[in-house]
Amino acid sequence: MCLAIPVRVVERLAGDDALVDVGGVRKTISLALVDDVQPGDYVILHVGYAIQKLDTEEAARTLALFAELEATVPAAPAEAGP
Amino acid sequence: MNDPRLPPEPPRRPKRDYVRPLDLKSGRIDMTHGSGGRAMAQLVDELFLPAFDNPWLAQGNDQAAFEAPPELAAGGRLVMATDAHVVSPLFFPGGDIGCLAVHGTVNDVAMAGARPLHLAASFILEEGLALADLARIVESMARAAREAGVAIVTGDTKVVERGKGDGCFITTTGVGVVPAGVRIAGDRARPGDAVLVSGTLGDHGVAIMAERESLGFATSIVSDTAALHGLVAAMVAAVPDIHVLRDPTRGGVATTLNEIARQSRVGMLLDETTLPVREEVAAACEFLGLDPLYVANEGKLVCICAPEHADALLAVMRAHPLGTQAARIGSVHADDHHFVQMSTAFGGRRIVDWLTGEQLPRIC
Amino acid sequence: MKYIDEFRDGRTARVIAAAIAREADPARRYHIMEFCGGHTHAISRYGIGELLPPNIRLIHGPGCPVCVLPIGRVDSALELALERGAIVATYGDCLRVPATGGLSLLKAKARGADVRMVYSAADVIRLAQEQPGREVVFFAIGFETTTPPTALAIRQAEQLGLANFSVFCNHVLTPSAIANILESPEVRELGTVPLDAFIGPAHVSTVIGSRPYEHFAEEYGKPVVIAGFEPLDVMQSILMLVRQLNEGRAEVENEFARAVTREGNLKAQALVADVFELRKAFEWRGLGVLPYSALRIKAEYAAFDAERRFGLAYRSVPDHKACQCGAILRGLKRPQDCKVFGTVCTPENPLGSCMVSSEGACAAHYTYGRYKDAAVPTP
Repeated sequence: MCLAIPVRVVERLAGDDALVDVGGVRKTISLALVDDVQPGDYVILHVGYAIQKLDTEEAARTLALFAELEATVPAAPAEAGP
Repeated sequence: MNDPRLPPEPPRRPKRDYVRPLDLKSGRIDMTHGSGGRAMAQLVDELFLPAFDNPWLAQGNDQAAFEAPPELAAGGRLVMATDAHVVSPLFFPGGDIGCLAVHGTVNDVAMAGARPLHLAASFILEEGLALADLARIVESMARAAREAGVAIVTGDTKVVERGKGDGCFITTTGVGVVPAGVRIAGDRARPGDAVLVSGTLGDHGVAIMAERESLGFATSIVSDTAALHGLVAAMVAAVPDIHVLRDPTRGGVATTLNEIARQSRVGMLLDETTLPVREEVAAACEFLGLDPLYVANEGKLVCICAPEHADALLAVMRAHPLGTQAARIGSVHADDHHFVQMSTAFGGRRIVDWLTGEQLPRIC
Repeated sequence: MKYIDEFRDGRTARVIAAAIAREADPARRYHIMEFCGGHTHAISRYGIGELLPPNIRLIHGPGCPVCVLPIGRVDSALELALERGAIVATYGDCLRVPATGGLSLLKAKARGADVRMVYSAADVIRLAQEQPGREVVFFAIGFETTTPPTALAIRQAEQLGLANFSVFCNHVLTPSAIANILESPEVRELGTVPLDAFIGPAHVSTVIGSRPYEHFAEEYGKPVVIAGFEPLDVMQSILMLVRQLNEGRAEVENEFARAVTREGNLKAQALVADVFELRKAFEWRGLGVLPYSALRIKAEYAAFDAERRFGLAYRSVPDHKACQCGAILRGLKRPQDCKVFGTVCTPENPLGSCMVSSEGACAAHYTYGRYKDAAVPTP
């Protein structure tokens, strides 16, 4: 029961609500479960609520880890699988 | 005019005297509109007839008679198809139940490679439906029919009590003719064939879901509802020996391909990286936990052809306004299980199975 | 889509797969359990199993709250809808679970019950406001990710003074299920399956943090890597687990650092602690009765507790005799090992919990992977 996606906060609305965007689709959600969210931030959205802010630096670090791995692998096979 | 295809000029009818014209601004459908009496006659005379405007309807009969189309004499065959339309909401971005009703049946006829000739339309209206809404629907149907070059030659109207219908249900039946030598059918897919699609997947379903308030998301996606017979005619002209044509509606491309696989007793292998999907449709599907392969379309077709014809057909499709995003998405192979499989963008493999139940948005 | 597409890149997948193949010791086997319906779904949907060397086995754990929801609880929801005249609102996944007599909420709807699908708990509050003359019950399910929104809804109902809103609470807890898998007497009876490591749930962990898993790593010596939701996250986590196992470490590592911290979302945790308390025991379909594994609404919010409000009585309903879900949920058997898999038991006609939701091990295998069992020619 984990369908949650990262979305970008477009603007804050009345109360705890905010307008978010992913891939051009917009939705109004609640920020009641997180603090300090500004337009431009990314949050993890689950059943209409942001459950956590996305740490963009950590995201970059994880992607960098993948890139590092790529550098250590001489030539990844074109077709994957055992 | 002595065009033998048209019925004789109808006799001049006395102008009917209705106490008041239909109140198309604020009037509503009530039970008398379905009773067969004067109220129903007025509905037909003042709303349906002027909108659909053709000599058959003007005859005022319960049926329409027409000449055999020339292709029959040359060895062609008649084609008939029917479709009920129960879409809710009645009006959605890109269309409404009216044009949907025309496009749906024109497309079913066209998928045989046939030229659509005439449509019949039967309406089940709910007591309380606003006449303004009905007028909008009827006008949209009329426009769609004109643009498709078909006439709505006969019809019927019934009214059900409030609460027993979703405002408006429309059933259309279409007749067409397929020329000699064209045999396009669901059981003709063969190992080695190419699987083509005429454009982006899932637009209609997402447009409808966006309109449903309970899901509460906003998007600029509009329904792709369209009449495809022009596109089909161009394709058949280029390649008369197309094996299969089908327009995926409810259940999406996945359902259509599974149907064909079963009918033709073959398997298919799709390539996920080649599926044309708009970014917004992909995003809306992410929101809802849906797979675009299973989301409804209303203006797209799937085409299965011999591999040597794929390039020619793609060129023809892409040159047509309704096929600009046409793509080859896979191929057919021998498989006793009739599985539709897909190699994922990730490098793995999975099955694209029949839809289970209704596609409900996942939270999980 | 930002922060989604980058984590689905096929080329990077092959790079990570190559690293896993290189580092996995051919002389040993690796048994890794993933405990999160979202991970089960991702693994099946992206065909991750195929990118791994054959000595790594992925086992699907009981991470799907719809799957572990007992039939008896669905019966109570049906009672509310069919006999007590309540509007029952719930998430989409719940509507199809077949309960006693093959009846589901969706089928009850066809019989005239007022059953509504909602995307969010906030929708149910709105519904209650729009229907002041009717009882509106939110059939709430989910692990720790989904519990805070329910807590918010109850607090909101209290602030608004809603007299017709209540929650039928079926929220369950992740650590309890993991403990059960590692500990329970039934597992000892049936014989333990070698379980070497865990892929920790993604979004549950954003709420509860990485801390609760430290206990399992310490007590049982099993490494845990908390993995993000996307397929590259899962693959990277498998690589990290292979490394831990090779090096004889048993730690909690966090691959999903972009959304998970050690403490988790304290605001959400406080909210949950305010509204809910632990039940002494709760039945999990396929696992039996587990102690301190589920939540109920506190006395202060009793007015919003549907169980109290309607005096619902729970009756345990056993699963079909041929059902192997218990063994499958614990990783002792695979879906293909069950005699009724794919024949009598299918997604259209699910007999047990693993087939009920698309996250269940059997449903996922049926939907995405069963062609492998059928020895289909690879073109």
